[in-house]
Amino acid sequence: MSTPYAKLPRWADYGLIPLLNLLVAFLVAGLVVLIVGENPLEAAGILVEGAFGRGQYIAYTLYYATNFIFTGLAVAVAFHGGLFNIGGEGQAYIAGLGVALVALSFDATFPWWVNFPLAILASAAMGAAWALIPAYLQARRGSHIVITTIMFNFIAASVMVYLLVDVLKPPEAMGPQTRGFLEGAQLPKLGWVLELFGATVRSTPFNISFLLALLMAVAVWALIWRTKLGYEIRTYGFSPKAARYAGIGDVRTIMVTMLISGALAGMMALNPIMGSEHRVQLDFVTGAGFVGIAVALMGRSHPAGIVPAAILFGALYQGGAELAFEMPAISRDMIVIIQGLVILFAGALEHMFRPWVQTALASLAPRTAGLEPAKAEGR
Amino acid sequence: MSADTLLQLLDATIRVSVPLLLAALAGLYSERSGVFDIGLDGKMLAGAFTAGAVAAVTGSAWLGLLAAVLIAVALALVHGFASITHRGNQIVSGVAINFIAAGSTIILGQAWFAQGGRTPSLPNDARFVGIELPFADALRGVPLIGPVYSEIVSGQTLLAYFAFGMVPFTWWVLFRTRFGLRLRAVGENPAAVDTAGISVTWLRYRAVICTGVLTGVAGTYLALSQNAGFVKDMTAGRGFIALAALIFAKWKPVPTMWACLLFGFLDAFAIRYQGIALPGIGRVPVQFMQALPYLLTVILLAGFIGKAIPPRAGGVPYVKER
Amino acid sequence: MAEPAIELVDISKSFGPVRANRDIDLSVEKGTIHGIIGENGAGKSTLMSILYGFYQADSGEIRVNGRKVEIATPNDAIRAGIGMVHQHFMLVPNFSVLENVILGAEGEALLKGGIARARAELERLEREYGLEVDPDAVVEELPVGLQQRVEILKALFRGADILILDEPTGVLTPPEADHLFRILVQLKAQGKTVVLITHKLREIMAVTDNVSVMRQGQMVATRKTAETIVEELAELMVGRRVLLRVEKGAAAPGAEKLAVKNLTVKDSRGVTMVDDVSFTVRAGEIVGIAGVAGNGQSELLEAIAGIRPAVSGTVLLDGKPIDVTGAADPGELRDRGLAHVPEDRHNVGLVLAFEESENAILGYHDGEEYLRGPFLDIDAIRRDAREKIGKYDIRPGNERLRTANFSGGNQQKIVLAREMEQDPGVLIVGQPTRGVDVGAIEFIHRRLIAMRDQAKAVLLVSVELDEIRSLSDRILVMFAGRIVGERGPEASEGELGLLMAGVERAEAAE
Repeated sequence: MSTPYAKLPRWADYGLIPLLNLLVAFLVAGLVVLIVGENPLEAAGILVEGAFGRGQYIAYTLYYATNFIFTGLAVAVAFHGGLFNIGGEGQAYIAGLGVALVALSFDATFPWWVNFPLAILASAAMGAAWALIPAYLQARRGSHIVITTIMFNFIAASVMVYLLVDVLKPPEAMGPQTRGFLEGAQLPKLGWVLELFGATVRSTPFNISFLLALLMAVAVWALIWRTKLGYEIRTYGFSPKAARYAGIGDVRTIMVTMLISGALAGMMALNPIMGSEHRVQLDFVTGAGFVGIAVALMGRSHPAGIVPAAILFGALYQGGAELAFEMPAISRDMIVIIQGLVILFAGALEHMFRPWVQTALASLAPRTAGLEPAKAEGR
Repeated sequence: MSADTLLQLLDATIRVSVPLLLAALAGLYSERSGVFDIGLDGKMLAGAFTAGAVAAVTGSAWLGLLAAVLIAVALALVHGFASITHRGNQIVSGVAINFIAAGSTIILGQAWFAQGGRTPSLPNDARFVGIELPFADALRGVPLIGPVYSEIVSGQTLLAYFAFGMVPFTWWVLFRTRFGLRLRAVGENPAAVDTAGISVTWLRYRAVICTGVLTGVAGTYLALSQNAGFVKDMTAGRGFIALAALIFAKWKPVPTMWACLLFGFLDAFAIRYQGIALPGIGRVPVQFMQALPYLLTVILLAGFIGKAIPPRAGGVPYVKER
Repeated sequence: MAEPAIELVDISKSFGPVRANRDIDLSVEKGTIHGIIGENGAGKSTLMSILYGFYQADSGEIRVNGRKVEIATPNDAIRAGIGMVHQHFMLVPNFSVLENVILGAEGEALLKGGIARARAELERLEREYGLEVDPDAVVEELPVGLQQRVEILKALFRGADILILDEPTGVLTPPEADHLFRILVQLKAQGKTVVLITHKLREIMAVTDNVSVMRQGQMVATRKTAETIVEELAELMVGRRVLLRVEKGAAAPGAEKLAVKNLTVKDSRGVTMVDDVSFTVRAGEIVGIAGVAGNGQSELLEAIAGIRPAVSGTVLLDGKPIDVTGAADPGELRDRGLAHVPEDRHNVGLVLAFEESENAILGYHDGEEYLRGPFLDIDAIRRDAREKIGKYDIRPGNERLRTANFSGGNQQKIVLAREMEQDPGVLIVGQPTRGVDVGAIEFIHRRLIAMRDQAKAVLLVSVELDEIRSLSDRILVMFAGRIVGERGPEASEGELGLLMAGVERAEAAE
């Protein structure tokens, strides 16, 4: 994604402008709170308190953040390859099948530390497989990947409803869900880590998938900026023509990029299924695939930005739950608005403040701002 | 299948097709002008909520419609502001609008009406209800034409007639008016429009306003015709089916109608024959029928049945360059 | 002197630090054909864009028919009676001719009347100027020459009295160009004023009444065409007689490195761009391909480099075939010693968003020296980039700077350093000095000669005839997809120019 505007110093590009965009998103969200008849500052206070006020809350915040790290990385990897993967939601949903397959087959046989790696592979494979078809259609037949991945989200939802209602549901179960997993498919909790810091954490869903998510963040950084494959993905993402010139095959690059993206989205399924609910339920993804878009945009597709962005959204989810309790007028759907606003201001309107910041910087300190006029070459 | 069930099925097809048709035609204006819009669903949802809320408060269906159109246009203008004025990514902007609409309809609905995200149930005079056309009863006895006229053509709501009227009207606008000529041109080659002394920006803004108006009507139909008020998430992804229909119809007005009717038929069929075994096939899961529009669109996009070529300048912000 | 149709007074326009137009004065007489000539980048197009309302001048004044006018948008220009035929046609490809002609000048809100009026008007224009074109044909199905005619019709339909043509013959075959000139003369006879922008002297001499010369953003002279000669205009265009002759010894051609046999390439629309071309390049020689842009040189280069699949023919690299019609892989060709400096460095040869060091390995990124297993050896890559920066004097000398921040000449040096330092057996080069400043041009030319002297085979494609003549040991002239002649470097400009215009071929065909 190129910037048609003049250059800014790095700190402004990667710090000031995203911060401004975020600020505006939250200001508008505050406006909504006002309309609803509550005090935005008070709401913000409750939200922060609800997200970080107690060890218990922090654990929940990190539990939600785990989902968003996975899906945020998934969207980001695709972005680097110049692809927009809106299909994270469906890929994660289908990946639940992979987790279920491992858990239901082996939860009585193996301990968690055998089942976990198996489930990682299975979820990644299922997520990747669900991304494979749109990737193939884009690479070989030129079908617009945005549209096909949207379609695949709906198809995934239909498939999962069918499987959970008609196939996987045990006869005695009430809702459309699989049977509960035995201990062999339950991941260890991480609450004790927070307790090391003196917090008290009773039962929370915060589990070791969080560590896997962090590991994946590092892996994605290494992949994109330190491997030959990452170099090829970025080259293709910036300029398909240059990639062709450099002998980087477009079909292969599109497919590999989307497979990695789908696999990352797929791993998200581990967190709620093996880490918390211990069963596959209807709609367990609950929009995390879409939050990934906001997280990737906010984090500028860099893991170092994605992890904090994911934690911010985790805090919104957890804090939002507390907020809904204190201010019934503000339900958790407030987050969906914020998410939309973040996508709008950090994504679609990311350059809105650019000219303004430029003028401001130029008038403050024209030399340190390092302002070079837009290139006039190539007219 | 008896003639009666067939008539009922076709009648249901029309009813579920109307919001699809309105939304798909809405998308047609924007996308033909080169602005991709995956935010149809969000605008429709916001329209439905506004229609439900305003009709509930004022008791007037018409005020509900007006408000719905205004809100949907406002969201369309946000999309325009991001993608035309600020040359932002149109997909990203569309996604954002969907979320903003999904979240705020629930929050505001709960805050104002406290009925779990619903708007209050509406009496018939605050809705757009079916209209009996003249001679519907008198013609009922005429073979073939009679039942079709009285059961299917007659008894639809005003908005349904509007939707089907919009098909030839859109065709006429597109191919017989100055605005349509320019609209098609700006979606293919905005530079040609610019050098002809026409503002690309204003033209595209007008296109997204048309999109806003029609999505507003689509939402109104959901809240004031198909239902008696707004229910949260009531579009249930219809905006995306409409988008699929638009692609399926290769961005042409009349084929768009047929695609919407096809997808509507699948939906109506799935609802009616839920869990019933079909001869020779066995029981078709209802989910399969629900997924069929999406599957068909993917197959079309893959180029196995014709090729869907979008407007050439679609998705690309116009940058004046020489 | 007759009354001027257009007067430009003191027009200046800057893009950042680049002063594209400086204090331009120009007066175009009514009912004449006025040529504006200058090299690429002299500021001709910018000036005309100001006149057509695409850009606004920073200062200065425009007068049309003696009246001062403000031209802020193309609309203002159209209203003032100015029409423009752009270098890249501004047509809607899937519209009919009629639809294209009326776009923006439909008259009323419904099309019916406008279409009927346009149909009648087209008939009239056809009668008066010989501008024949089927009004119901879809534009994308018309040949380029006719598409251009649609552009002219568009302007005339809008009632233009002043017609600006920006490099109109760049895409035309010589017969089409001649037809265009006849049309221009006709237009003049009917009292229209024509401004012809070109960098081709032949065209100026053939049709214009007056000619103005631009150089580096300034208007350096205006002459009556009848009172000047080609040599004078050429000198005015270039300024001081630059000695483009590069010091070089005699070539010592060795073994055949690259052999192209019966190569045919089509573009995406299925138009044959390279038509049964055969030639060879030997070690230690530079073979230059001269030709007017768009005669198949680009496609030829891309096919040899494995970027664009050919329809038929063979290419031998060191005697072994390249699968040009199938899955030729640019990466594999690099391994076999074929280096490629592409014509379009912005989109093809470089990734502008990358750091310099990342571009310094583009295409060679799978070389062992840059990798440690699947990982990039960042230290090695940066060290390597610094070495090249030193050797090729790339400025600024910062391998971590974004490539977009380098000037055109330095960007080109980044590409050249990358391709030349791999010690390839064959180097194919497209437009090596396009958009490059004078200092860098000399450097690049010396490097190319040095490659030749190290017994490399060099294939050079350039639209700059001077460049071809000063560098090449053999010159092949391409016209309409074919090689129409081979000459030595001593061949005169005039002789080559005739070949490039396809003259000899046309005569031979008769």
